[in-house]
Amino acid sequence: MTNFSRRKLITGGLAATAGVSGLAAAALVAERYGLIPPDSGGVWGPGETLTYAAQRLLTTHSAAREFPRSMISKMPFANETAPPNDAFKHHQANGFSDWRLTVDGMVARPASLSLSDLRSLPVRSQITEVACEEGWSYIAEWIGTPLVEVLHATGLLPQARYLVYFSIEPGWWESIDLADALHPQTLLTLGMNDGDLPVSFGGPLRLRVPRQLGYKSVKYITRITATDSMKHFGQGLGSASPEGGYAWYAGI
Amino acid sequence: MSSREGIARFHRKTGQAVPCYPRDVSATSTLRKIETLRVSAVVRVTHWITVIAFLALLISGGEIVISHPRFYWGEVGNVNTKPLFTLPIPASRRTVPTGYGYVVLDQNGWSRYLHFEAAWLAVLTGLVYVIWGLAKGHFRKNLFPLPADRTWRAFQQAIVRHLPWTPTKAAGAGSYNVVQRTTYLIVIFVLFPLVIWTGLAMSPAFTAAVPLAASALGGRQSARTIHFFVSNLLLVFLLVHVTMVIVAGFKSRMRAMITGRIVIAKEGS
Repeated sequence: MTNFSRRKLITGGLAATAGVSGLAAAALVAERYGLIPPDSGGVWGPGETLTYAAQRLLTTHSAAREFPRSMISKMPFANETAPPNDAFKHHQANGFSDWRLTVDGMVARPASLSLSDLRSLPVRSQITEVACEEGWSYIAEWIGTPLVEVLHATGLLPQARYLVYFSIEPGWWESIDLADALHPQTLLTLGMNDGDLPVSFGGPLRLRVPRQLGYKSVKYITRITATDSMKHFGQGLGSASPEGGYAWYAGI
Repeated sequence: MSSREGIARFHRKTGQAVPCYPRDVSATSTLRKIETLRVSAVVRVTHWITVIAFLALLISGGEIVISHPRFYWGEVGNVNTKPLFTLPIPASRRTVPTGYGYVVLDQNGWSRYLHFEAAWLAVLTGLVYVIWGLAKGHFRKNLFPLPADRTWRAFQQAIVRHLPWTPTKAAGAGSYNVVQRTTYLIVIFVLFPLVIWTGLAMSPAFTAAVPLAASALGGRQSARTIHFFVSNLLLVFLLVHVTMVIVAGFKSRMRAMITGRIVIAKEGS
């Protein structure tokens, strides 16, 4: 072996070691600061992780754009939903008077809240845009209780990292990280454009996450669970979306 | 101008290529080929990575458009509002009125995953290329039109020279002509930045951090419409670019973009 090739081998070896340890260190730092999404495995993992990490570093404290009242869409589009199940029809017949929101998991005081319980917490309104992954959008005024108020009332435990939320329709569930869960614009929405939230738009209760695409704003919410890991929910990918081929993080 | 770049140099006045480091690759044969390095390694590697990323973006972008082939201007637009225009194709979602009585297969899931992964690949590769190009003077030396060519007349002459659709004369193979230079600069510094900007302007989280990204374009739907048109311009560039490669000599140009070398003269035959 000549000196040249030996030197090359040593340099190459050192560079490879530095590269691998650099990547391992980056992965540790990313994990420590919550920059790795639950669907980071597989062929789409690198792109999803880059998007999520970059946007968490850039947008954690940013507020979604709010619009003047004059820009509220005259003809918003509700999108289609599957026909409601019997449980929902039962609630609808009762005027949603028995609708409950269960808050459990990593909270100090698990609770079962009625819609009027939610209204008794601080309520705010915002005029934000719903943007669908298909490309269309509309602007509406959304009125409701910020999720963070419910989390304060129930005492979110410090080890919690994700909020998982479920629709009354089976198989329809999503999750968000704390950056979105504690964000003042993330709204347990009860009203729309000065009236009750229509059923087609998610009434009686929809979780609006305006910094992400429309599919993260699940309709007909009945349960919220705080957790430190997404491993034991569904296939462990974070929500039903990745199981159906869509990204968990939809801030793009 | 440094000749250590390994890129063809040019005569200040005529713009003709002056080969640096001519290399005799077949000294033992009777046919002597003089080769020159036309394309540097960074340009070749970033070019082919960009090809892969761009094709992935084109296919996945087309799939995403099929889910809602209607375009709007302003902040909002949906099936209840009047479109700016509608593509005459069926949609993959049945909520979209298209005039067709059927929907095509919905491919949005993997298309979106692929679109953003390929976008990262294209953006990171583009960053390497632009930083390298600025540091090494690549844009100044190889892409900015030569002083003598910075006239409308020189531009017209370059087009007229290529009208007979004949392979480029060997003498010109060592450098880019003024039309190529202008086109490449527009693609690199106008179309790609614009397609990235309009793409980011559709992101609800990015526009939360940088609201101007969307509002400066007239809104989210304007950004989507511009994104579509700029992508089409890039597709037109791709088609013309490949056509010109075939006209100029497919084998020699592909070889140049893979190995970096091109034959500029033959001697002693």
